[in-house]
Amino acid sequence: MTTLLIADHNNETLADSTLKAVSAASQMGGDLHILVAGAGAASVADEAAKIEGVAKVLLAEASPLQKQLAEPMADLVVSLAGDYTTIASAASTSGKNFMPRIAALLDCSQISEILSVEDENTFTRPIYAGNAIATVRTSEAKKVITIRTTAFAAAALGGSANVEAVPVPDDSGLSSFLSEELTKSDRPELTSAKIVISGGRGMQSGDNFPMLEKIADRLGAAVGASRAAVDAGFVPNDYQVGQTGKVVAPDLYIAVGISGAIQHWAGMKDSKVIVAINKDEEAPIFQVADYGLVADLFTAIPELDEELQKAGL
Amino acid sequence: MKILVPVKRVVDYNVKVRVKPDESGVDLANVKMSMNPFCEIAIEEAIRLREGGTASEIIVVSVGEQAAQETIRTGLAMGADRGILVKSDAALEPLGIAKILKAVIEAEQVDLVILGKQAIDGDNNQTGQMLAALLGWSQGTFASDLKIAGEKIDVTREIDGGLQTISLKMPAIITTDLRLNEPRYASLPNIMKAKKKPIDIKELSEYGVDASPRLEILKVAEPASREAGVVVESVAELVDKLKNEAGVF
Ligand SMILES: Cc1cc2nc3c(=O)[nH]c(=O)nc-3n(C[C@H](O)[C@H](O)[C@H](O)COP(=O)(O)OP(=O)(O)OC[C@H]3O[C@@H](n4cnc5c(N)ncnc54)[C@H](O)[C@@H]3O)c2cc1C
Repeated sequence: MTTLLIADHNNETLADSTLKAVSAASQMGGDLHILVAGAGAASVADEAAKIEGVAKVLLAEASPLQKQLAEPMADLVVSLAGDYTTIASAASTSGKNFMPRIAALLDCSQISEILSVEDENTFTRPIYAGNAIATVRTSEAKKVITIRTTAFAAAALGGSANVEAVPVPDDSGLSSFLSEELTKSDRPELTSAKIVISGGRGMQSGDNFPMLEKIADRLGAAVGASRAAVDAGFVPNDYQVGQTGKVVAPDLYIAVGISGAIQHWAGMKDSKVIVAINKDEEAPIFQVADYGLVADLFTAIPELDEELQKAGL
Repeated sequence: MKILVPVKRVVDYNVKVRVKPDESGVDLANVKMSMNPFCEIAIEEAIRLREGGTASEIIVVSVGEQAAQETIRTGLAMGADRGILVKSDAALEPLGIAKILKAVIEAEQVDLVILGKQAIDGDNNQTGQMLAALLGWSQGTFASDLKIAGEKIDVTREIDGGLQTISLKMPAIITTDLRLNEPRYASLPNIMKAKKKPIDIKELSEYGVDASPRLEILKVAEPASREAGVVVESVAELVDKLKNEAGVF
């Protein structure tokens, strides 16, 4: 009984989400192996080998794997699957892309975005934008699972697993990478930041987001947004927090000019402390915020900046 | 080029569902049902491809109970050409749906499938990818832009770090993300016209596919609830509370 966890990385560093995914995978019983699939990703494999609880790291390198496109990833994992009872990954956009393809090639169902491991065959997962939590049991011989990493603590470092190179099947040529436009930021990554400040439609324009960025920099926070703010072009798509965007669970979430629709709520409800700044006292966000401030954000945010400075932040 | 758009009838996105007291599921009695929003985006994209001269026919298919016919009708009112309902009263899982869709695709000889990236009820985000696997086709998930040129399709995808553009060999499976387009509303004349468009009603058994569920749902529970918070009077009070009461900094 061994689990194969597929690592998230950019060929240079391992994503934080993988550490959390290891915690989840360690609870599934048996040995845990990590697959690093990429190109020029040996340093990532070395990093993965240091995670506590990892028995072995498989390194698969080939140029079609560089961007972890679904078709070559699925062919690779299926070629390795015989040795494993469970195949798991973080529910990142990368894992969400290739995992169901792997599952179907193995004629196996997938359990998406698990929140907990109840026993080796039983998991909980959110449905209906997290308004309900389903407990799901599988009796299949193989399990394919994606992990909602915000629900798990990061695994510790201190391991020293072996790294083993594995052969890569020939590329099917179904897909190829053309280009990417990645958002550049020195701030922490949204899904692992301790503090997140998000802006909504109330921000009125992307030109007003620097107000939030200033606060974010004071607090070492990440900046997020509602769908409405992304749709309006204020900020890039990867800022979207919610049911169909990113799920965050920081110590502090500050929602600015966000009404609190079910879909937004779904992406931030597990934050420890939620603050809402909204000028409409009827806004649904106040029903779920720990601290609500009814105010115009265009006066409240500059004031917040001053108060934080006064508080030595 | 023939495009197939699979659609799902789901609880309307404005409804906050309630868990049944016996934890056997969510209460769907008298709840408003609609087409899954990502499916609307898929239909819109197919219609734009037909309007642009790339597509010749759009088939909307749904697998589900009789009432899913309304959802297909909505797609026809938006502008799709004809519908197929594969009737099944059983709760199906994404793998089962993908197997049924594969059979429909083989019978209809389609070149492109556009479907939603996830249904807002099960939140699985699996069917498109599974379908691509079963057919051995390429997949472009979470699409925010499509460009078709001959036998290739360039897909811009919404990924965690930003946007990624890939090139796919056709035939292909595309799953839609929110920014792909803004779906149109069906006009009254088009709603009337849609009543005359054909919907083929098939029984699941006609496809000879084993779509039986593999997973067992032991219970469906309420999520942990949050205590109601407080309203603060000023920014200074907010910062004080965050620092001294919540201890977040
Ligand atoms: C299929 C689907 C998926 C979705 N997925 C997501 C998702 O993942 N994430 C997400 O966020 N949404 C998602 N949505 C959209 C969601 O339903 C809401 O439409 C969206 O969250 C609203 O964003 P908002 O709160 O910024 O805008 P609005 O609802 O318009 O709220 C703006 C708020 O700003 C306040 N405001 C305005 N001006 C000021 C000011 N000067 N000072 C203070 N406050 C001000 C207003 O009082 C209002 O409460 C999804 C919707 C669908 C249908």
